[in-house]
Amino acid sequence: MIFAIVRTSIAGLRRDRPSLALSFVLPITFFSIFASVFGGQHSSTPKVKVIAVDEDQSAASRQLVQALKRETSLVVSTQSETKGKSSQTFTAASAEAAVKAGDFPVALIIPNGFGEHPVSFGPAQNGVQIQLLNDSSDMIAPQVVSGLLQKAAMTAMPSKMAEQGALYTGKYVGGFTPEQQKRMDESMAQLRKYEDAPAKSEPDGSSSGPGDSEFGGIISVQSRAVVGENKRNPMISFYAAAIGVMFLLFTASGSAGALLDEAESGTLDRVLSSHVTMTMLLGGKLVFNTMLAFTQLIVMFLWARAVFHLDFFEHIPGFVVMGLCTAFAVASFGMLLASMCHTRAQLGAVSTLLILTMSAVGGSMFPRFLMPPAMQTAGLFTINGWAIDGFTKVFWRDLPLSALWPQVAVLLGIGTTLFLIARRIARRWEFA
Amino acid sequence: MASALASPASTLPLKVDDLVNSFGTVKAVAGVSLELRAGECLGLLGPNGAGKSTVIRGIVGRVIPDAGSIAIFGNPASSAAAREALGWVPQELAVYPRLSCEENLMSFGRYHGLSGAKLAESVAWCLDWAALQDRAGELAKNLSGGMKRRLNMAAGIIHRPRVVLMDEPTVGVDPQSRNRIFEMIEALRAGGTSIMYTTHYMEEAERLCDRIAIIDHGRIIALGTNEQLVHSAFASRSQVTARFVGNSPEIAGWVERRGGHMGDGTAHFTIESSTEIAGLLADAEKDGLELADVSLRRPNLESVFLHLTGRELRD
Repeated sequence: MIFAIVRTSIAGLRRDRPSLALSFVLPITFFSIFASVFGGQHSSTPKVKVIAVDEDQSAASRQLVQALKRETSLVVSTQSETKGKSSQTFTAASAEAAVKAGDFPVALIIPNGFGEHPVSFGPAQNGVQIQLLNDSSDMIAPQVVSGLLQKAAMTAMPSKMAEQGALYTGKYVGGFTPEQQKRMDESMAQLRKYEDAPAKSEPDGSSSGPGDSEFGGIISVQSRAVVGENKRNPMISFYAAAIGVMFLLFTASGSAGALLDEAESGTLDRVLSSHVTMTMLLGGKLVFNTMLAFTQLIVMFLWARAVFHLDFFEHIPGFVVMGLCTAFAVASFGMLLASMCHTRAQLGAVSTLLILTMSAVGGSMFPRFLMPPAMQTAGLFTINGWAIDGFTKVFWRDLPLSALWPQVAVLLGIGTTLFLIARRIARRWEFA
Repeated sequence: MASALASPASTLPLKVDDLVNSFGTVKAVAGVSLELRAGECLGLLGPNGAGKSTVIRGIVGRVIPDAGSIAIFGNPASSAAAREALGWVPQELAVYPRLSCEENLMSFGRYHGLSGAKLAESVAWCLDWAALQDRAGELAKNLSGGMKRRLNMAAGIIHRPRVVLMDEPTVGVDPQSRNRIFEMIEALRAGGTSIMYTTHYMEEAERLCDRIAIIDHGRIIALGTNEQLVHSAFASRSQVTARFVGNSPEIAGWVERRGGHMGDGTAHFTIESSTEIAGLLADAEKDGLELADVSLRRPNLESVFLHLTGRELRD
């Protein structure tokens, strides 16, 4: 009898494609995404983009920049790359602006005078410190950069370190004998020869030797968060947007599913036999679902304001713009899914599969800046990615409304395109 | 509604002319022509799959015909004037389950362009017509089967159309609810509404319809009043039903030789005159068949329906 029940269940499952998809496709999809993100298919860690501004232009500063460029964990830019425009060397101001805009998580400013005393072994000798500008939403990148900076200093400027060490010795021990000084000079000459051919020592460019992860190591560094320094809780705005968008997508697809209920019950036929056309019907549902999604976002952010002290009321215009664009895009997404599917069960399975995948890739589950570059690019094909980027610009970077145009354009474009496709597919309901 | 009212009085409420509709290789409707007269209730009967619903859906614009024309008070079925003049009660319970009766009627009224006082008046009228005043605030999903059917009907006439298509409106309701629905339909007719009515219940058609069209294989195979159909199919003949003791093949063979047929264990004969029944009984006795009971009756609409569409199962 048990075998008979098993046989019946297997026959039912075979014909229940939505359940099959949820049972097998979703786990495999998620496994693949997480494996990609956390290195299952990549042996290297994600590279950190960093700007290097060499104001000093001394031999030491140039050596330091070159050493940083050889670090495989870093992508060092000294010049801005703007499509259609000639590249320009970063200045301290443009580097700070780039970090504020979210183009780079870290910038290093090597100030004038650095070359005179590049190695400090503690507080700067002449008050000249490398400036490390960072975006505090990314807590990993500045740690990586500062550690590699210390390592680069050790490997790129051994002669400077030795000189500085000799000075300390002379200052606190009482100086060298002429013989000791002569040997010291000979050793320094050897070190300088080594510095002249640095690449040969590490032909594959790989980093070697331990890095110093502490600030204030052999090179004096002053760190400054240029984004989010005054935020009480740096990740609240990110998660309000990230989680909000994910659940908006679920709500929108569920709400749009009412269309399937109406088709199944015959209500859709009755409505379409009145003065209501399919375009009016879909348009009305799109407006409703957009309003519903926007209301959800308002509730979410008000909760974040009340409980987690998100500075919501200071960003109302940006929230309204991003909220409406996001709500429109997710509502259209729901309409498209509803028009594509034939049953509620099918809609449930397809929407769960797509939404969880989009949310994982688009940054609703963990920040995109922690993902490998390919995954970060893939995130640009999701509503989540663009919406979170926009809300981050508003709440985290405090950027003006004009800075939201890429996100607004893309979300409106997505919404319009998906709705037009949904309208086209919905023709199947218009006439039998 | 204004334009429908403005139509000439001589124009037929509904005229279907040589309607053809195919789904793939299946010809669901193969040249149907019908006229619904002012104030008339026209029954549309047919076995499952005969093409009734396709005709109805074509009239309400939910199916695009391959050929033929449909006019409501002279206006093409797709025109706004036709939609205003036409009401449709689908076979399915096509209402919003999570809305109350009143909210449902309000919604469908708005879809038909009603608003303000006119909408409120229509909703009140429909609630009264469907005997749902006491349940106006009840959610549709919580109503009994009969109430849901009545709400379904009310939603179809919320804009007070002059032509109403009713597709099996009494499916699945108890006799009390069915009687109430009959009264609703009769009240509509008394107000001058023209009705096209499809059903599988012959007694409903006999009670409600002025004329009846029988459709099969996508064609109208008979059209007329109940009496005309019966006379056309059976003239002055009567039907004899006889039950024999036992149920042997010999009995079936004897019935067939006498020109009758067996159905549900009962023999059916058609006779020209009531005097023929005596000969039938005498022959049965002579051939050793024992009769349990015999009855004589005039053919009715069901007889005509089975006579014209056959007895084999359709689905």
